[in-house]
Amino acid sequence: MADTVVGENPDPHAAGEDPNRRDFIHIAAGAAAVGAVGALAWPFIDQMNPSADTLALASVEFDLSKVALGQQVTIKWRGKPLFIRKRTEAEIAAAVADDGANMPDPEADEVRHKPGKAEWMILIGACTHLGCVPTFAGGDYGGWFCPCHGSHYDTSGRIRRGPAPLNLPVPEYEFLSDTTVKVG
Amino acid sequence: MSGHSTYEPKTGIERWLDTRLPIVRLGWDSIVDYPTPKNLNYWWTFGGILAVCLGIQIVTGVVLAMHYVPHVDHAFASVERIMRDVNYGWLVRYMHANGASMFFIAVYIHMFRGLYYGSYKAPREVLWILGCIIYLLMMATAFMGYVLPWGQMSFHGAVVITNLFGALPIVGEAITTWLWGGFAVDNATLNRFFSLHFLLPFMIAGVVGLHIWALHVPGNNNPTGVNVKSKADTVPFHPYYTVKDGFAIVLFLILFATFLFFNPNALGHADNYIPANPLVTPAHIVPEWYFLPFYAILRAVPDKLGGVILMFGAIAVLFVLPWLDTSKVRSMRYRPTGKLYFMIFVVACLVLGYCGGQLPDNHVIPGLSTFILIDADLNSMVWLSRLATLYYFGYFLVILPLLGLTETPTAQPESISTPVLSHPAGMPAGAVAAPEKKG
Amino acid sequence: MLRKGIALAALGLALVGGPALAAGDAKTPEPVDFSFKGPFGKFDQAQLQRGYKVYREVCAACHGMELLSFRNLGQKGGPFYDPDYSNPNDNPYVKTIAAEYQVNDIDSETGDIIQRPGTSADAFPSPYPNEAAARAGNGGALPPDLSVMAKARKYGPDYIHALLAGYREPPAGLTVAPGQYYNPYMAGDTTPFWTGEGHAPEGGFIAMPPQLAPDKVTFDDGTPSTIDQQAKDVAAFLYWAAEPKMEERKAFGFGAMIYLVIFAGLLYASYRRIWRNVAH
Ligand code: HEM
Ligand code: FES
Repeated sequence: MADTVVGENPDPHAAGEDPNRRDFIHIAAGAAAVGAVGALAWPFIDQMNPSADTLALASVEFDLSKVALGQQVTIKWRGKPLFIRKRTEAEIAAAVADDGANMPDPEADEVRHKPGKAEWMILIGACTHLGCVPTFAGGDYGGWFCPCHGSHYDTSGRIRRGPAPLNLPVPEYEFLSDTTVKVG
Repeated sequence: MSGHSTYEPKTGIERWLDTRLPIVRLGWDSIVDYPTPKNLNYWWTFGGILAVCLGIQIVTGVVLAMHYVPHVDHAFASVERIMRDVNYGWLVRYMHANGASMFFIAVYIHMFRGLYYGSYKAPREVLWILGCIIYLLMMATAFMGYVLPWGQMSFHGAVVITNLFGALPIVGEAITTWLWGGFAVDNATLNRFFSLHFLLPFMIAGVVGLHIWALHVPGNNNPTGVNVKSKADTVPFHPYYTVKDGFAIVLFLILFATFLFFNPNALGHADNYIPANPLVTPAHIVPEWYFLPFYAILRAVPDKLGGVILMFGAIAVLFVLPWLDTSKVRSMRYRPTGKLYFMIFVVACLVLGYCGGQLPDNHVIPGLSTFILIDADLNSMVWLSRLATLYYFGYFLVILPLLGLTETPTAQPESISTPVLSHPAGMPAGAVAAPEKKG
Repeated sequence: MLRKGIALAALGLALVGGPALAAGDAKTPEPVDFSFKGPFGKFDQAQLQRGYKVYREVCAACHGMELLSFRNLGQKGGPFYDPDYSNPNDNPYVKTIAAEYQVNDIDSETGDIIQRPGTSADAFPSPYPNEAAARAGNGGALPPDLSVMAKARKYGPDYIHALLAGYREPPAGLTVAPGQYYNPYMAGDTTPFWTGEGHAPEGGFIAMPPQLAPDKVTFDDGTPSTIDQQAKDVAAFLYWAAEPKMEERKAFGFGAMIYLVIFAGLLYASYRRIWRNVAH
């Protein structure tokens, strides 16, 4: 069988010629190949980002009249639970009273609700520890309690005790009227 | 691999790895210092092009699978959602759909190249058979992939092709029911086709590995068909063939891009944008273009079982081809009569493809009406298909076996280098267009 | 020698070798010079807006477009795209259009099926609750969804234009069943209904009565509202609906082509240089 050997192959880089010029064209061709792959990489990465229909669902409108005083309604927003809680006077007072307390992520109750709408506490219901859904009205502070690893949140959704590092986040939202809110 | 390896690990890490898993050595011996005949022409670039096609299909396919929903109620809409809402989804989907056509263009050229230059002959029979297996797997993959968008052609194509198995005596019905997972093409069928369509390309990739292994043992054939005699006949694969294949690949990508960006549905069928409806069959049901020759063979036979057997026979005959061709000469370059029969064979295949897309009763020559000869309308597509089918099988079963015994080949060169060295005027062909520019 | 068609290369074959229509079928639609044709073609936004109006006021009574959402109207390249609202969900025009429609929903309190005004994220609601209702409302025929219609017929938008503007009085000798209309561009076979002289007329029967009439739709931009214009505009709109990413695709393709051609040139130069001392 063909006992082929590599041998006196003509040297591709032979002949007396300016070496810089000689290499340039190969480098340019190689760079073009890398560039082509690089340019195509983006569409293949971006396709995993949220698609247009997913983004379109990113905002929801909610009718607040469905929430009774002292109760909470949980709706799905961007795939996550969204807490809409109508706080009682006592709960608001408890939250405001603790504004100065020592807590991991200090924040005043006032900045966690819209001005003049202290009864409406709208929060993303994902524990800032590892994402479990805290249970309503549980824990030492009467706000929420996360059963996974024991995080206690107060009635303002602030972390008071347990492994979670941050307060329950307040989403971007606005009141369209006294009874409707648009989240996102 | 043949010969001895020229790989020399340079650094300590390379040496360490080389004594444990000589993977760098494998790569080096296969695509860097692999001795390749220096006279390979552009028909030889299609192996590399095919590898790129397979890569494109796998990458785009995996992406599509992230968004596609294999359910009869959602499949069609999920594909349209990919086209509309997924970021660059239109790009990925059109790449995959047109990529399949490109893959088949390349594989057909690759196979005809092998037929012309006798690449199937000893010692490359296993290489050829592995190629045929790849081709079979490609057909299965493409067929099942076409079912996935669940359009009218998807559905009724699946019905027709799966029903082919019903032609088998006794077991036929059991097999079709088994393939369907029910009593008709339905959700169960769609799901299993999706699963298999995902799997098969990776099996193709595995067989391609074997194919390349089987290539590297005897080494490449070449346009003269003459064995490599000395090192003067070869050049190392890199950079000589990496750059030549690379150039051909980019030219091929330009063709691909023309379809992909400017005419993405030209190779498809409008009916597949109609959601599948099991109650209505499209007026003209045709497979994708790359199956048309086989479709023509199927319809050329008036008997159900006979048609199916002949159609599968058309592929089966390729597997035994190495033992059908009796000629000692590989390349058709030196077989003037063989070359003529080969050219007619190519035309016969194109004719079959053409007939496959026409209605059997359509007229071949539109002006002429019917041309009746003993009850047969010889001016109909079905008769043209019959003629071409006859030639297709005749070429493999009669012409190649007999021709090798009777024809007189022209003189073959002593070695690959001889025809080049005897080139007139002492001007090597390859050097002509490489003007030196001093700068 | 062999027929020219036979000698075509595999690729050419693929292009022309598609299914042939049965002898004596429908009339081939005349090509319309739509702005979006050709490698550099773009949508004409004013035309898309007119086309949407035709769809809304005429077609939508019977045909759904369920793969599209209202927000699509405001996305880049769409009829109501406004660069000030790069997020189509905020486009006020789109919101107004959406709110004109009533969409089905479920009251999250009571679980009852309710109707509420559409939002930009909603899909276009279908005019009929289900297929049976659609058939019942149309003498047994099902008005197809129009989302991808412009890709689901040979000749695409040319065909839609030709069909809508192409209704003819049936030639004497052609029996048209009640609830059917003769159209020379419709696929089918008129032979069984033909009692006249010579070859049966081209085309077939369609269960949709002629829909367009002069001035049936008032175009806000003052374009004369002829049947031909309405048909062209709605065909253009439906082509956009079927292929909303066309402009993006062509732009991407243009860049890719330039890149590939330069790349090929570089590789060729590199190739010649590497091979120049090899006799082969
Ligand atoms: C996925 C599909 C395939 C891939 C990726 C592939 C890849 C390759 C590559 C890289 C080579 C070496 C370079 C060259 O000759 O161009 C090769 C050689 C070859 N292939 Fe394939 N191939 C495929 C399918 C096929 C099929 C379907 C056949 C035939 C039925 C086939 C028959 C051959 C033969 C005979 C050779 C040896 C060529 C020679 O050196 O003369 N291949 N293939
Ligand atoms: S996830 Fe809530 S405490 Fe760990």
